[in-house]
Formats: sequence, C-alpha cells, structure tokens
Amino acid sequence: MTMPMNQTLLARASAKLGPQASIAVGLLVLAILVAMPLLHLLPADNALHVSAYSLTLVGKILCYCIVALALDLVWGYAGLLSLGHGLFFALGGYAMGMYLMREAAGDGLPAFMSFLAWTELPWYWYGTSNFLWALCLVVLAPGLLALVFGFFAFRSRIKGVYFSIMTQALTFAGMLLFFRNETGFGGNNGFTNFRTILGFDITSAHTRAVLFLATVVLLVASLYLGWRLARSKFGRVLTALRDAENRLMFCGYNPRGYKLFIWVLSAVLCGLAGALYVPQVGIINPSEMSPTNSIEAAVWVALGGRGTLIGPLLGAGLVNGMKSWFTVAFPEYWLFALGFLFIVVTLFLPKGVIGLLRKKGEQ
Amino acid sequence: MRATPVPEFMLEPAYDPSGSGRDPIGAGALATKGLNVRHGTILTLEDINVSFDGFKALTNLTLYIGVGELRCIIGPNGAGKTTMMDVITGKTRPDNGVAYFGETLDLTQMSEVEIAQSGIGRKFQKPTVFEALSVFENLELAQKTNKSVWASLRAKLTGEQKDRIDEVLQTIKLDTSRNRPAGLLSHGQKQFLEIGMLLVQDPQLLLLDEPVAGMTDAETEFTAELFKSLARKHSLMVVEHDMGFVGSIADHVTVLHQGSVLAEGSLEQVQADERVIEVYLGR
Repeated sequence: MTMPMNQTLLARASAKLGPQASIAVGLLVLAILVAMPLLHLLPADNALHVSAYSLTLVGKILCYCIVALALDLVWGYAGLLSLGHGLFFALGGYAMGMYLMREAAGDGLPAFMSFLAWTELPWYWYGTSNFLWALCLVVLAPGLLALVFGFFAFRSRIKGVYFSIMTQALTFAGMLLFFRNETGFGGNNGFTNFRTILGFDITSAHTRAVLFLATVVLLVASLYLGWRLARSKFGRVLTALRDAENRLMFCGYNPRGYKLFIWVLSAVLCGLAGALYVPQVGIINPSEMSPTNSIEAAVWVALGGRGTLIGPLLGAGLVNGMKSWFTVAFPEYWLFALGFLFIVVTLFLPKGVIGLLRKKGEQ
Repeated sequence: MRATPVPEFMLEPAYDPSGSGRDPIGAGALATKGLNVRHGTILTLEDINVSFDGFKALTNLTLYIGVGELRCIIGPNGAGKTTMMDVITGKTRPDNGVAYFGETLDLTQMSEVEIAQSGIGRKFQKPTVFEALSVFENLELAQKTNKSVWASLRAKLTGEQKDRIDEVLQTIKLDTSRNRPAGLLSHGQKQFLEIGMLLVQDPQLLLLDEPVAGMTDAETEFTAELFKSLARKHSLMVVEHDMGFVGSIADHVTVLHQGSVLAEGSLEQVQADERVIEVYLGR
C-alpha cells in the first residue's frame, strides 16, 4: 500500500519535521522520564538528585497528559466535546483511594467513617481491601458510567453543545453527590492520609519511583493505542463521523456503536490516570470533579492541537508547567494568564501549538 | 400484485412504442441477490402522507420503481422531492402509507442505517464527502463490507477491494487526486466523488438528488453516460432540474407537484401535459 492515507497528523508532522528529528525528540523525552525516578533514588546530597517535589509534579502532569490524550480521542477524532472528563478521572482516583484508605485503616473502618460514628462499611466498600478488586473498580466505575450515559446520549442523538452541557452537568452532579458525607466517600475532605500501597510505604523513594514509572508506561501504552486507532479504519470512521455524520449513516455505518466505543475507552483511560494520580499526590476530594477542571482539560487539548496525538500531551505539559510556575511566582494572576492563553490560541493558533510547529517545519 | 388501486395516471411499466430503445421495465429478470423483487418492482410507495406542523409535504404519494429502471423526478420547488427521498431513506417517517423496498422490506420500520445496509444509496443535494479524509479513504469507507465496530478495528483492504476502488477512481476521473484531502476538491469533483462512493457501496437502488448541479457541460454529459451505464444493473432515481440532462438520460419521468404525482411518462409526454405546463409556467 502507498503510505496509508490516514497517517494523520502525527505522521504528516513528522514528515515535515523530518521523521528522524521527531523520533529523536520523542526518545529523548522518554529517556528523561525513565531517568527521573532513578535519579530520585540517589542520595539527597547528590548533584543529580531529583527531589520528591519535582517527581510528584512531573508524575501529576503525566497523569494529566493521559487525560488530555483520552479527551482528544473523543473530541479531536470523534468530535464529541466532553466537559466532564474530570468525573471519570476522579472516579478512577476514588476507586484507588478506597483501597488506600482500607490499607491505612487496617482491620478497622476508614478514619472518616469512625468520625461519622458508622459501625460497618457501606456495601460498595466490600472487597476494596483487595488490590485487584480495586483495580477492577478503577476500570469499571468510569467505564460503566460512561457506557450508560453514552448509550442514552447517543441513542437520543445528542450532539454538539448539548452533549457538552450534559457532560458538564454530569460532573457537577457527581461533585455535589460526593460532597455529601452520607455518600460514604469522605465528603468534602475526600480521602487523604494514605500510608501504604501493597504494603510498601507510600512516601518512600522506591514507591514513588515505581508509581512514576507505571505512569510513564500507561502514557506510552495510551499513546500507542491512540496511534493504532488513528491509523485503523476505525479512526477514519471516527473522523468521518466528526465531519459528516449523515453521510456516514447513509454509507451504512451505525454511529452509535463507534461513539460508544471511543467514549467508554476514553473514560477508562481517564480512570486509570486518576488511579495513578491519587497515590502520587496523596489526596482525592470532590473538587477534582468541579467543572472548571474538566474545562481546563479541554484547554490543554485545544492549546496543544486537537486531532493529533502529540498535541494534547504538549498542551497538558505546557499549561501545567506554566501553572506551577505562575502559582508560585504570581499566584493571583494564574487564571488571567490561563484565560489570555485560551483567547490567544483560539484567535491565532486554531491548530494549536502542534500546528505552529508544523508551519515552522514547512518553511 | 397489490390490491391497492393504481391511479389512472400511473403508467404500467411498459414498452414504449416510440422506440426509445429501452426494454420493458419490471420484467423481473434482473432480480438481485438477497432482495426479493419477484414482481419486478424494487421500490413501492403507496399513499404516503407526510406533514410538518400542518404543512402537507407529501399527499397520497404513490410511486413504483422497477428493477433496473432509471427514473427522473422533476417538479417545482417545494413539490416534495427531497421529502420523498427522506421517507425512502428513513430520515423522515411518513404519517401513513406503505413503503417497501423489494417485496419484503418495510422501509417505515427500518432505521436509516438498516436501510442503507439493505442496499439503498443516497447522494445529497449538497455534495457531502468526508473532507478531512483523502479521496481514496472516502471510497474505502463507503465500500460495501462489514461495517460494525469490530470489523473496522481489524479491517485491512484486500487486493480485490483495492482494485475495485482503483477502478472507480478511474471511472470518476479522480485517479490523480487519490491522496488529496476531499475538502480541497472542486464542487464538481466532490459531486463525482460522492457518486463514486455510491458506486463502491454497490446499492441496488440509487437515489441521486441534483447530481449535476455545479458541473460543467462536459461533466454533465459524462455523468449522463455514467448513469445510463449503471441502469439495468442498478435502479436509479434521479431528482434534477436540468431539463437537458433529464432529456438525455430518462425515458421515464415523474412530475411531482404539491406532494403527489402530477404526471408520469416520457419526457415529451409530460412536457406536453396541460397540467404540467400550468404548474411550471404558472396559471
């Protein structure tokens, strides 16, 4: 076959930058990401030592990168703008948090439950002391919610801005639900004070390094999955769905199944990212479900360049990098900077940073 | 045959004595696989009514298309041509009436996707192609194959399928633009691409809404040849305003007016019809 036509934007970008150059940059970034946790294991007085703060920060950003990639799969490829992906992220995080709380509590009840004078675990907490079941929940909770929501939304042919508003409402409803103490997830304090994971001290350098590496592996795996999907006929059908859904239906494709598949896959990826985020950051609370978080994720994707695989990663990295710098240097101006950034991107960089790089490559 | 009385203006699918060189339609000899067309009728519309908020778009519309027929539908704006296509493709549900594809498939009970899969292809009035994909990819997606999610995840083009796409690319004269994004094509080229997408989809009944709008004279002429070569193997229903084009392809024309059939026959016959003249020229 001549170059498969949907080598989409990634390949076209690399063709322009020179494939060697982009592969080299990619490998370099990967090498740094693998080296970081190893350098963290060095003694603190070593010049090359990476502090726990930096490692956690980068680990957190990598989790956000996975969210950005997951959001891009539904928005950039299938044209479904979700403003509620924070919910799936938080659900994965809560599922992991349940396990960590049980570990911290030992045989007793998690601390917040004793505080509420509860005497036994709510039914949905059963089995959460088992790590494998917790992992299943990480996938099942966001996956099933996305399946049910998607099934009804796509069956009713809800599209465009209406779909976005509904996802926004969904994450808001989730946040209100989790804020209640009676829901059984620690109310507005959420989960914190984790001690161990699989018996290992959660704050030890080794545990941090392993969690970081697991995040890198998940990111690379998601990227590979996205690449395979984008190259497959499935990816081309998604693009077609985004641009001309009616035409696609009259070609004999049922859009519902396609949307549902990518929607659930995206939600599960977010859940997995959330599950890796919680033990690294050490806290999960309902504010993760706040609509602004989900909107911020959309900003990452738009800034990086939607419909590409690398763009969202760049966007998530840039915005979060700037955020952590800004919130230290000029804490009160961060939201202005974010808003300004979004306006600049919308006006001048319709294809995001990756579009800019590609233009440079052409010149 | 059906018990429903046939309106008197309905022509029996018949041999034209003036000798337009066309075989009698409805002979049933070209029955296609998988679809029961025992009586030689591929599409049956009887007493279809559609109204939108009280506005009657179709009123007791009755129309039959024979197997292998090339039928042109003409009529003034608002006559219900597009609504009729919407009914056939499942986009609009009739308030009542009968719509059958072949003898057994009840179009009023099928979803748009089921109708498309059973073998009805449609070209829209405004050319609609997948703009972000290349010409080749557009044809790849339209091609007749298993269109489920799982099949698409693992799909690989076979040599045979590629040959078929190449062949169609030649036919629609887009061979040299095969790797161009479809969004960059000219209006006429998009029309051809959409026709090509119908060709690879290989439907038994093609519905074409204004296929030559925006085409040059040469392109129009070429399209006429193409459609004539498609008839017999496929059944075609063409909605068109360009009378020259209609005259060059159709030997059977249906005139719609205010949602029902006004006249039917050869182009000369309907053009000579008093009522048709009145509708077109105003009273």
